Amino acid sequence: MNTGPFLLLHPDDNVLVCRQHAFRGQSITLDGDIVVLTDEITVGHKIARRNLKTGDKIIKYGAPIGSMKTDAARAAHVHMHNMQSDYIKSHTREVTGHGH
Amino acid sequence: MVIKIGDMNTSFQAWLRPDGRKGIRNVICVAYLVECAHHVARKIVNTCDDGEVHLIGFPGCYPNEYAYQMMESLCTHPNVGGVVLVSLGCESFNREALKRHIEASGRPVETYVIQNEGGTLETIRKGVEAVRRIQAIARQTPRGDMDVSELIIGTICGGSDGTSGITANPAVGRAFDALGAAGAACIFEETGELVGCETIMASRAITPELGAELEAAVIKAEAYYTIMGYGSFAPGNAEGGLTTQEEKSMGAYSKSGSAPICGVIKPGDIPPSGGLYLLDVVPDGEPRFGFPNISDNAEIVEMIACGAHLTLFTTGRGSVVGSAISPVIKVCANPETYRKLAGDMDIDAGRIMEGRATLDEVGAEITGLVLRVAAGEQSLSEQMGHQEFILTYKAFDPVGPACLPLRGKPAF
Repeated sequence: MNTGPFLLLHPDDNVLVCRQHAFRGQSITLDGDIVVLTDEITVGHKIARRNLKTGDKIIKYGAPIGSMKTDAARAAHVHMHNMQSDYIKSHTREVTGHGH
Repeated sequence: MVIKIGDMNTSFQAWLRPDGRKGIRNVICVAYLVECAHHVARKIVNTCDDGEVHLIGFPGCYPNEYAYQMMESLCTHPNVGGVVLVSLGCESFNREALKRHIEASGRPVETYVIQNEGGTLETIRKGVEAVRRIQAIARQTPRGDMDVSELIIGTICGGSDGTSGITANPAVGRAFDALGAAGAACIFEETGELVGCETIMASRAITPELGAELEAAVIKAEAYYTIMGYGSFAPGNAEGGLTTQEEKSMGAYSKSGSAPICGVIKPGDIPPSGGLYLLDVVPDGEPRFGFPNISDNAEIVEMIACGAHLTLFTTGRGSVVGSAISPVIKVCANPETYRKLAGDMDIDAGRIMEGRATLDEVGAEITGLVLRVAAGEQSLSEQMGHQEFILTYKAFDPVGPACLPLRGKPAF
């Protein structure tokens, strides 16, 4: 059983999933190292297990779930600002409502 | 690991329909056959003020074979005891054929055509009387034993977030493994939310030909959604930590558990055996009528048309919907959502996230609740009167022979 605010779902994964709201500046343990969070992370969101480079495949559940579009440092938030689908692009609420 | 349901009571009382099928509810459907008859049908249902009288219907005026076949399947679903059809009069829907089909299933049915009945108020008055007559007949339906092996169970995820694929979805997968092993037919769906999982999923097919069909269904979905311009991915998914379609897919896929996949069905097809089936919800041919399913309830309705007696609905962000005809059990993935919406959530799978329960424990809890709801216990959405229903235009080709290796074979 994992402890702390982040879960490693599969040994091959290069991201961890937040299971308990974590704060910027909070120290967490990553593979035995103490690392300081640079972002606030809410439940269900992901952080980098190690330094990630543009083009790196992101592995979660032991399977690829997309690729990095910018670099990200260890423990950084990994989400739509720095990674993308290898299939169909994702969208936000901002795609409509600009006509007013 | 497979949860054993040996200690649970797997037999319960059901309604024995004249066509040989068995229902866990005795619902009267009031069905509008075009949007123009919707208000009258809704007023009939509201006036009856009875949790067993449900509103369903099709809004379109143009003919559509899919919608017609869906209405046949829904009006003769084993949970349905009788039907009142409400037509405006000039729409395309073949009300005579639908009425004949319902009659042939042995169910009571009456049709009211607003243009022939004297308008809105007169049709509402006659419709309410018709519901009471039909309900009186439906209440005479004999009761008898039904076993878990005769159940058809659907699963869907809605309002998924980064917790769904870790807690609620794999917990439902555990329940599906147990229920499928006990002989129930278990249906998972939304091929657009399996994009990225097609190769892994194909390896679970009981024949290589079926594996190819599973992959083809997902490739079709990817092409369809790409033309639509959006994947099956809502802004709330991203707010809850999901970044990509394939990440959402990996989580959604875990609802299917670990059993072999016995076949691919399309809306309205009844699984020919127990075990695990994929429902292909993406239309065939060139996209014609827009998004495959405009929201979750359209998929729930399609699983019900495949005979689903009840639906397991996993949610991270917190969907509150139920459904007409078949009860919906809500499995909440996110512990924070559960604390906000506890009154809507039948199962708190977020405990897994916080280390307060295991997947096996929550899976067993879901399995137990399925059996209790089948035996008559109301789910929370059912208690609160949720009876959402959507049916829109679509087009499908029939499934090919490779899709159903067990059709016509002894039980798997």
